[in-house]
Order: sequence, then C-alpha cells, then structure tokens
Amino acid sequence: MKELRDNIAAGKIKSTAATETVFESIKKYEPIVGAYISTFEKSALDKAAEIDTKIASGKKVGALAGVPVAIKDNMCTTFGTTTCASKILENFHSPYNAAVVEKLLAADAVIVGKANMDEFAMGSSTETSALKKTVNPWDTSRVPGGSSGGSAVAVTAEMCFAALGSDTGGSIRLPASFCGVVGLKPTYGRVSRYGLVAYGSSLDQIGPITRTVTDCALMMNVIAGYDPADSTSVDEKIAPVPDYLEKLDEPPGKLKIAVAPRLNAGADKDVQNALADALNVYKKLGAEIIEIDMPHLDYAIAAYYIIATAEASSNLARYDGVHYGHRTANPADYIEVYTKSRAEGFGKEVKRRIMLGTYALSSGYYDAYYLKALKVRNLIRGDFVNAFEKCDCIMMPVAPTTAFKIGEKIDDPLTMYLSDIYTIAVNLAGVPAISIPCGFDRNNLPIGLQIIMPAFSEDKLLRIAKMYESQTDWHKRKSPIISV
Amino acid sequence: MSNLDYKILIGLEIHVQLCTKSKMFCGCALSFGEAPNSRVCPVCMGMPGVLPVMNKQAYEYAVLTALALNCKIAEFTKWDRKSYYYPDLPKNYQISQYDLPLGSNGFIEIPLESGETKKIRIRRTHLEEDAGKNLHSAGNFSQVDLNRAGTPLLEIVTEPDMNSAAEVRQLAEELQRIVRYLGVSEADMQKGHMRFEPNVNLIITRGGSEFKTPIAEIKNLNSFRALEKSIDYEIHRQLDEFLETGKTMEMGNKTTRGWDDVKEETVLQREKEEAHDYRYFPDPDLVPVEIKEDRLREIAACLCELPLKKQMRYITEYKLTAYDAGVLTAERSTAEFFEQAVAAGGEPKRICNLLAQTGLKLANEKGCTVCELGVTPQNLAELTKMASDGEISASAAATIFEKMAQTAQQPRIIAKELNLIQKSDAGELEAIVAQVVTDNPKAVADAREGGKKCEKAKNFLLGQVMQKTKGRANPKVVSDILALKLS
Repeated sequence: MKELRDNIAAGKIKSTAATETVFESIKKYEPIVGAYISTFEKSALDKAAEIDTKIASGKKVGALAGVPVAIKDNMCTTFGTTTCASKILENFHSPYNAAVVEKLLAADAVIVGKANMDEFAMGSSTETSALKKTVNPWDTSRVPGGSSGGSAVAVTAEMCFAALGSDTGGSIRLPASFCGVVGLKPTYGRVSRYGLVAYGSSLDQIGPITRTVTDCALMMNVIAGYDPADSTSVDEKIAPVPDYLEKLDEPPGKLKIAVAPRLNAGADKDVQNALADALNVYKKLGAEIIEIDMPHLDYAIAAYYIIATAEASSNLARYDGVHYGHRTANPADYIEVYTKSRAEGFGKEVKRRIMLGTYALSSGYYDAYYLKALKVRNLIRGDFVNAFEKCDCIMMPVAPTTAFKIGEKIDDPLTMYLSDIYTIAVNLAGVPAISIPCGFDRNNLPIGLQIIMPAFSEDKLLRIAKMYESQTDWHKRKSPIISV
Repeated sequence: MSNLDYKILIGLEIHVQLCTKSKMFCGCALSFGEAPNSRVCPVCMGMPGVLPVMNKQAYEYAVLTALALNCKIAEFTKWDRKSYYYPDLPKNYQISQYDLPLGSNGFIEIPLESGETKKIRIRRTHLEEDAGKNLHSAGNFSQVDLNRAGTPLLEIVTEPDMNSAAEVRQLAEELQRIVRYLGVSEADMQKGHMRFEPNVNLIITRGGSEFKTPIAEIKNLNSFRALEKSIDYEIHRQLDEFLETGKTMEMGNKTTRGWDDVKEETVLQREKEEAHDYRYFPDPDLVPVEIKEDRLREIAACLCELPLKKQMRYITEYKLTAYDAGVLTAERSTAEFFEQAVAAGGEPKRICNLLAQTGLKLANEKGCTVCELGVTPQNLAELTKMASDGEISASAAATIFEKMAQTAQQPRIIAKELNLIQKSDAGELEAIVAQVVTDNPKAVADAREGGKKCEKAKNFLLGQVMQKTKGRANPKVVSDILALKLS
C-alpha cells in the first residue's frame, strides 16, 4: 500500500485504476466472503478522479493519496449508513463524520466501503451481525474472527488496501490473526474515539488492519493524535506522536522478550509451535527470551465481561426508537416505544450483554460486580507494569485456536468468550498490541503472533514486528479464494 | 387542629441554570426560546459515537457558587451517569455527579423578617446537564425539543432547616440575589432558570408523642409566590390528612405533588416513591476533574461581598435603613455604583436617596442598570457634596441628576445652566431679609413674641425671602440672618 501510495502520488499509477481494481475484486469476492455492509463505488471513483486531477495539476497530496481503504461500520460517516451491523441502526445516516474518517479524508484516502462486524462489536466471529454473513477467505466454512471481521476479510481478499477496525477485547487482533493480516490495537487514548459508536468506552480503541507492518505504520501516521473532542485522547505534550515510518526498518537494539508459559499452555498445539518458531526467529536476531507469569490475567475475561457490558448497557440506552433508528410500529404508549423498538432492533448477543451490564450496575450488586471488576482491572494493569520492568515486550498467541467453524460456538457464549483470552487483558490495561502473521496450522489456517508493549510505544512495537516480518514470508501468502 | 403543636420541616432541592456561553458538554449556545431543535448538535442530541467535553466555565461557575454557599470544594471530582429512560433525555442517561459532588457541607445565610439572619445548611452542590422538553401539542404524538438538553445545571440540596414558607421564600430570593451577584445565572424563575422543589413535612406533638407526617415533594413551581403558597397549602393539607388518617412517615411513603397555579393547591402526582435504581457509574467518556489549590484561590478571589453581608454593612456603616440597604443591594451593579460614589467622597444617605428615588426609576424606564445611565460615580458624589454644602436644594439635586443622565455633564455646569445654585452670599441675602422684615411688621412682631405664632411667622418670613429669590436662597443662611434680625 505504501508503494501504491507513492506511485499514485508520483503520477505513475492512477488512483482511479487502483480503485477500479479494488471494485473488480469486490465484484468477484464479495458474493463469496460478504465483507461489506455498504460500498460506495461511485463516490469512491469520483474521489479517486479528484485526487488524480490534484496530482496531475501538481498539488500536494496526503499520506494516503488515492489509496482505497475500508472502515468498520461502527465509525460514523455522513455518506451512506452507519449500522453497527444492527437492525436498530439499519437505516441510520450520521449527521457527522468520525474523527478518524475526517483524518482519512484529509489524507486523501478513498473510502470504498463500510465493513461488516459483530452487532455493536459484540462478538468474536462476526456471526452476531444482523445484516450480513462474513466468512473466512482461507476457508469459507469458517469464521473470519470478530468483531472487525469484515475489515480483516476486506484486506485479506484485496477488496481494499487497508481498513480500520475497532478493538474492545480483541476485535482487531483476533480477525487479523484468523485472516492472516496485520492488526494493531493502539494504546487507549492514542486514536480519537469521536464518532466511533461506543461499546465499552473505557476499552474501545480504533486501529488499522493491513497487509504489512509498513502499511500499519502508515495508517497510524494518519489516525494517531490528540483530539479535543475526545477527553480520553492523550495530550501530545505528554505522549508525542512520532513518525511511525521514520525508523521502522531500524531494529530497536537488543531485545528482551517475555513469554508466559503457564498462559500459553492453554493454546492449541499448532498455535504453541508457531509461537515457539517465532521466538526462535527473534532469538536468531539476538533477542533474549525470559519467562514471566501474569497471575491476574486468569480473571481478565470475568472482569472484562462486567466492565464492558456495564458500559455497553449505558452506551446502548440511547437506541430507544424515540430519536432515531428503528421504531416499533403502532406502540400503545411511550413505554412500548422503548420496549418493542429495542426488542425488535437488538440481536440476541447484544441483549445478553445489555442485561449482564444492567445487572452488574444495579443497586446492591454494584460493589460485588462492577467495583470488584475495576479492582481486578487494576491488578491486571499491575501485572503488565511488573512485566515491562523485566522486558521490552510480551509475546503470546492472539487466540487459543485458529479460525473455527461457522456456527461452532455461536450458541455457546462462554466458549466464544474464551476466544479472547489472550487479547482482553491488553484492553483492560490500555496498552498497545499487534497481531502479525506467524504461520499456519495443519488446516492451512493463519496463526497470529501477538506482541504487547507499554503504553505509547507503538513506534517500537511496529519496529519489533517489522524485524520479524522482514525475516518471514507468512504475510505474502494469499488466501485460496484469491490464488485460484 | 388548633390545639396541636407542630413544627414544619422544609428542605429544598434547587436547580440553577448557569449562564455560560455554551452548553455543559458541547459547543452549542444556550437557548432562549428559539425554534425547537435549533440549538442542538450531535453531542447534545446523543447521536451514536459522540463524546462529551466538559465546559470549564460551567465547572468554575459552579465552584464559585459553591464557595459563595460556604461549601467545601472537592479537590477531586468526577462525572457519573444517571440512567433512566425518558424521551427528553436523548442518551437515556444524564451526566451528573453522584458520590463526589463538587461542593458539600455549606450554608446560606438568609434574612428573616425580624431583621436577624438564619443559617440554612447546604448538604451538597453538584453539576449536571439539563434535559430537553417534551411537547404535547401535536394531537396523538408528543414531540421533543432538545434546545435545553445539555444546559449546565447546578443542583443545590439543603438540609431541612427551614421552618416556614416565608423562610423558603427568603432563601429563594437570597439565592437569586447571590447567583445574580456572581453573574453565574440569570435566575429567572418564570423562565425556569431557577427551579425549587421543596420537601415538606411536619412533626406533630399530640398527647406527649411526636408524629412525623409523610414527606411530600412539591413540583411545578414557577414563581416565588407559588413556592410560598404551595408550602402553606401543603402544611395545612398535611395537618388535615394527619387528623383524618393519622398517617405517619414510613419507608417509601414519600409522595410527589404538583402545584396547580390556578386552583392554588397541590395535586398528588406519584403515590409511592418509586424504587428507582439509577445505576450510577463513573462516565468513562470524561476524565475526573482535579482543582489545584492556586486555581481555587483564583476563583475565590472572584467572590464579591455577598448581598446580605453588604446589606448589613450598609445599615451599620452608612446608617441606612434596612429598606434602603435592601434597595441598594438588590442588584450588584447598583451596590457597586453606590460604593464608588461613596468612595469618591459623596454623602452616603444623599447618594442612596438619589439612586433609590431617581436613579433606579430612570434605569427602570430605560431598561438599563444605574451604571449605564451616563452618570459617573464621581459626578454623583460631587452632586451630593453640592447638596450637603447647601449650594443646591434637595429637589434641585434630583433635577440635576436627571439632566446628568441626559447630558453626562458635570453637576455644577448643569446647576449653573439651570440656575439652580442657591444664593448663600450673606451680604446679598441680608438686604433681601432686611426688606422682608421692613415689609412685614405684623409677622415680625409675632415672631419676636414667641409662643404659638412664632414658628408660623418665621416660616412665613422665610417663605417671603424664598419668593423674592425665586427659591434659590440657601434656606439655612436665610434662617440664620433672620434669627439675627429678629433677636
């Protein structure tokens, strides 16, 4: 993508040509994989032509000049709909653009479509989407991972050059891992959440899903930074935003990598082997591997499902049929506007999480659940702080398994929740983590390597990821649907 | 019921809209009756994906008010979500402050009719966002106007320290005066800038036992008058109810009653206090607020002398009547103008009279404050000095004040132009007095004789002098000369 951008900016390749290619892929693969909830062929081609004209007339162009990109359908756009893959927002048109959308547009990106996801980002397989079914391009009987499944699939199936996802408990890293692409969850506060439809506000973070680490760095250059409209975004005086591309190819010196064998033992054998192989690559590059334990990570899933659902129960209260979104027909009174609109508009998993969260916040239960979960969260943060005193980064699997079968876990929420066992703690701690392709399992399904770093060290994190990527070819493999 | 002893307990929950430039959590300007939904943006409409950003001015206005109410200011405070479903609340939660209010444990001093003051304890003050308004004028449908949604609202909760409707009214008026002094609210009850919800109940003593009546919370009060009347009504209603039913306070039997302004009675709205669970939790979209010691000191420095204290000081320091002091301190601008004129060397009582009788009347006619009349405090001081020195009469001073408001000229120039300078030249006046004495032998005789007729005769002679000088003689000087001539 970086190359494409430079070629477009230099006038060697037309953005219109690149965009047309992307729409050809969409025509070919979209009926198979179902990555998009909406696509914008006309406006994308118009925008591409506009950028081509700009370049032809010698005007300066942005960091994503003419590059076709996709965004997850929980980021507000004034064009098209913003559905969150939910019936309740199926026809919702946002009156404003999310901060990241404004940044993409300012960087001259061409937005080709809005990607499918789990409804309101609640899920690990994209199966809870009420509007579309998305499958894994490596094996169409399998899930793409979630919740940013559409974004990951769109990148994998070359139906865009890069995409934005959002990650509350693993929603960028898990589908990136399942689809064999790169996915970064930045530090909480690094990327503005303004215009990202909230799920768990204290955990949500937008990040890139790309084909390579370099593309990921380029995307970060565009989307990172303080936003006065998001009080939780971090002041650049406290944490400056570096140029993520500048030193990307420079290895960051002697590395101390920590692994947590007790935790990793829970993963599938192929996943464990891929992790061991990846560690060997780093060892050969001079890294030292140390073993740590993070005792409180065992409670991460429990704490997450209280905190995230508590916040969600409040965040999703606004979808009430009164102001916008789905409204029930012929309500008897205003109470029925609420109860029926919500009963009809929300899917099963969303309802489950709203009820869980409402319960956790109810008087008499608050201390035992929500407050306790916050304490656990602090202990988990402490585990990371302690770990980073001993190492530069932590490496672990992204998920215990590779992509599972469609329908395999959808009726068993607890098993489904366990898919996020390696990713969730990172959100609770607010630190950045990346998933990069690190091999394939016995079924030729991609495996992801997760690298976790201290807050605001995305630049170093990308450099560490790049070290590995430059030694391996995993990221170059194409999914079967493209190869044929 | 007359043979019952009872004590009235009233506590208040008060909401004051702060007159900041923009709303509490977005950039929309505050609404003053514009077309419905014309002062809104995605944030205050609660659209998907929006985030609130705290209005610093609102926070500091709230801190300033809390300081004026003698509250302890929390060094660390945060925002909480209060969840309930109602169509005028677009997010279905209100951003408020739950367990860490920005101010607590304060008091407000109110004037009593006796001339004494009373301290009413303030339990807490906190900031929150106002809701919109539901409109029910479109047949089968209700409509929602979100112009008001997100307006900064300061909630003040008092302890049940008021023991009469009159005290509640005093508190309400005092609070209005305070927030207007501080410039943090327009505090117009009719416009809903200031809303009072009294909690009323009685402690009745009968046969040596004490009985507490169930608490009633009164809503829908749009004027000081309604506030006072509704409480008086409620006191009698509770007494009657107690005599009829013997019902006393229990867990959960607090009622909500609405004031009917036409029938002048409270009407039952909600029988039992619903077991509301607001599911408060810290708003993850906002960062906690910490106030540094030096910033708090800076805000405290903006605190002016509060109206009641000022009023008391005017009475003792300037020997003004309670009424006059009340008039001068009703508005901060008037009080400040008064004090500037005093500082410029004017005579307090005369300044007070000119401001109260002429200045405020003119300001009221013009729809401005006394400072905006065009009269400077220095000129007013000069004017009162001229009156004190006998250069002009009291009525001339009022005339000159009015002229000053028109021309902004100095009082002496106006006095000369209008020929209002009194003759004080003893030589000149002596000749006139001598003439009057010669012309009125009968009156002179009466005056010299003393007794009943003496005063009348003296006044007659004085009047004659005034007539000859067309009212411009200094009456004091004339009296002195006359006294000399008659002795």
